[in-house]
Amino acid sequence: MAKLAAVVGIGQTHYKTRRGDVSIAGLVREAALNALQDAGLGWDDIEAVIIGKAPDMFEGVIMPEIYLTDALGCNGKPMLRVHTAGSVGGSTALVAASHVQSGMFRRVLTVTFEKQSESNAMWALSTPQPFSVHLNAGAGGYFAPIIREYMRRSGAPYDVGIKVAVKDRRHGARNPLAHLQLPNITMQEVEDSMMLWDPIRFLEACPSSDGACAMVIAAEELVGESPKPPAWIRGVAMRSEPTMYAGREEVNPQAGRDCAADVYRQAGITDPRRDLDCAEVYVPFSWYEPMWLENLGFAPEGEGWKLTMSGATSLDEGGDIPWNCSGGVLSSNPIGASGMIRFAEAARQVRGDAGAHQVPGARLALGHAYGGGAQFFAMWVVGADKP
Amino acid sequence: MKEIAVVAFSQSDCLAQAGAANEVELIMPQLRAVFGQVGLNNAQDVDFVCSGSCDYLQGAAFAFVAGVDALGAVPPIKESHVEMDAAWALYESILKIRMGHADSALVYGFAKASSGELPIVLSQQLDPYYLAPLWVDSVSLAAMQARLLLEKGLATERAMAEVVARSRRHALGNPHAQLSGEVSVEELLAADTFVAPLRMSDCAPVADGAAAMIICTVDKAREWGLPYARISGIDHRIETHNLGMRDLTDSVSTRLAAEGAGVKRGPVQVAELYAPFSHQEIILSRALALGDDTVVNPSGGVLAGNLMMASGLSRIGEVFRRIVSGEIARGVAHATSGPCLQHNLVAVLESA
Repeated sequence: MAKLAAVVGIGQTHYKTRRGDVSIAGLVREAALNALQDAGLGWDDIEAVIIGKAPDMFEGVIMPEIYLTDALGCNGKPMLRVHTAGSVGGSTALVAASHVQSGMFRRVLTVTFEKQSESNAMWALSTPQPFSVHLNAGAGGYFAPIIREYMRRSGAPYDVGIKVAVKDRRHGARNPLAHLQLPNITMQEVEDSMMLWDPIRFLEACPSSDGACAMVIAAEELVGESPKPPAWIRGVAMRSEPTMYAGREEVNPQAGRDCAADVYRQAGITDPRRDLDCAEVYVPFSWYEPMWLENLGFAPEGEGWKLTMSGATSLDEGGDIPWNCSGGVLSSNPIGASGMIRFAEAARQVRGDAGAHQVPGARLALGHAYGGGAQFFAMWVVGADKP
Repeated sequence: MKEIAVVAFSQSDCLAQAGAANEVELIMPQLRAVFGQVGLNNAQDVDFVCSGSCDYLQGAAFAFVAGVDALGAVPPIKESHVEMDAAWALYESILKIRMGHADSALVYGFAKASSGELPIVLSQQLDPYYLAPLWVDSVSLAAMQARLLLEKGLATERAMAEVVARSRRHALGNPHAQLSGEVSVEELLAADTFVAPLRMSDCAPVADGAAAMIICTVDKAREWGLPYARISGIDHRIETHNLGMRDLTDSVSTRLAAEGAGVKRGPVQVAELYAPFSHQEIILSRALALGDDTVVNPSGGVLAGNLMMASGLSRIGEVFRRIVSGEIARGVAHATSGPCLQHNLVAVLESA
């Protein structure tokens, strides 16, 4: 049995196009200090640091934990660097949690970051892989055909993605940390924005952000040492499948379905729409909301878009299962941190500490991240109640 | 806490250049070998998979994604990856087993380090604002460390050559070694320096290849009816990146990790140390307080063949092999990362 663990501190930076005022070390330290302050702790209270980010080629720093140990107060302690593509923020949180859940550590700090202004993600994602077919597509170009297939199969109206783009930006306007602040964004404005990768328009895609996210995870016996309510970790799961194989279901990947089933089983969830109060789900392109609603079991296959269009996932419309109240990846995207922001925002909700984007009375929330060709999944369920 | 058993290990030959073989082709034979040792079919038969690799050695983002193709991950598997030596993938796997989410795990590491100029590539793991722009390569930094050792009287060039001569002699018994043979200290010292005071022979050769290991709970090892070695202790520590703030002639993080892993709790019959430079073996042996009764690097160590991202795991595998063969009952394995031994992992393995 895994030992009980909880999130006792959360720290984020502002997400911006360019944080020219700080170095990479300054960026991660800012998030880490915010998390320690939130947890009422100091550097000496931390036994290990677990760091994650997207590919090293983004900023051009190989194994950046080697350089960042000083900024993260890790000298003399264990430091682990996780890298699982776009899901890395979520995976890093899970690996950090496993330090405590294994009984080997009592309190750890976990930090993820991306400084896209000192990076070139499109280039790094498009370098030819030796011995492999060169797609040179970037992320949007890779996912657009999969989205088109979803539209064909489900018969969803053309404006579902537009609705998600508006909803998440309005959510983001409630979150002072969010990169995009577009409180007055309209469906028309999104529809009129430039088509990037048909059917993904400019305003249906995530921004490029600088930012970092950190959490302190503590063992049961130390949870009381931090002043704010904990977010108890109720379930953790990861799944991977190959990028390509004969018969692969790319619209509704098996790895995502399996991962969700695993984490729900641990948390005692049988009907995610009913049992969960909210979810922070990795939606970098608008259409991934209806697709993941189905993949994660919130709606039957082919009907996720109906939830979106009904306002069920909107905090502003009083939906019963708000998704991405923080604004989601569509409002802030420091790639390596984006998954952890989902995990941390789920924890903020059940701690009752989400400010203007708080879901009233949230007790149980899902954090979700995916990466690669929608083939790597990481999820956790956090709750206000001790299991 | 659940006891962890190593039940299978395999590594490839250390090839100076693997030619057109891609990473999957380097990994596959090692996976087949460890599955064969346990009697498993593929990664579906273990509960967790974790790998270690480095994008920069492949020259493209997401090096590990292709690695997943080697696993047979259909239906999907529980899988993770560290951008570190696979010894740290082992560490993550141990956490997963101890938290009760797995009873067994496959761990592997791989790299084609020959694709680039390794010492130059590694310069880009330094502080990106103050050090990386200088392109200080890993050999030059190690040479500076060796110079400090010599000037402090903590090592001699002869002692370093003795490390190399012993490595080459030990490697005669290692079919995977890249460099082996009887070579005298005098012959080694007669060679010109490469980056003074280091000679070419003081530096690990660049190699391509992969290594894989299967670990599990002791209960699972018994269920499988396999000989195993217990990992009785494992710890890892990092120290400051500011080289000027470190005593480069010592390895404080190795000392701390050794204490955490419980090295001193019994005799150390064998120590497999990840020392890519001869003088670093001297530093590590001192930090681990190894005596004359410890055989250091009986495989030849990485001076005889260095699989980037897998050599740390291989050190653990080498100790495992000697324990299950009955040759020894207790040994220590070490892995390192970063310039001048900045980050070190120590594991203690014992017989069942």
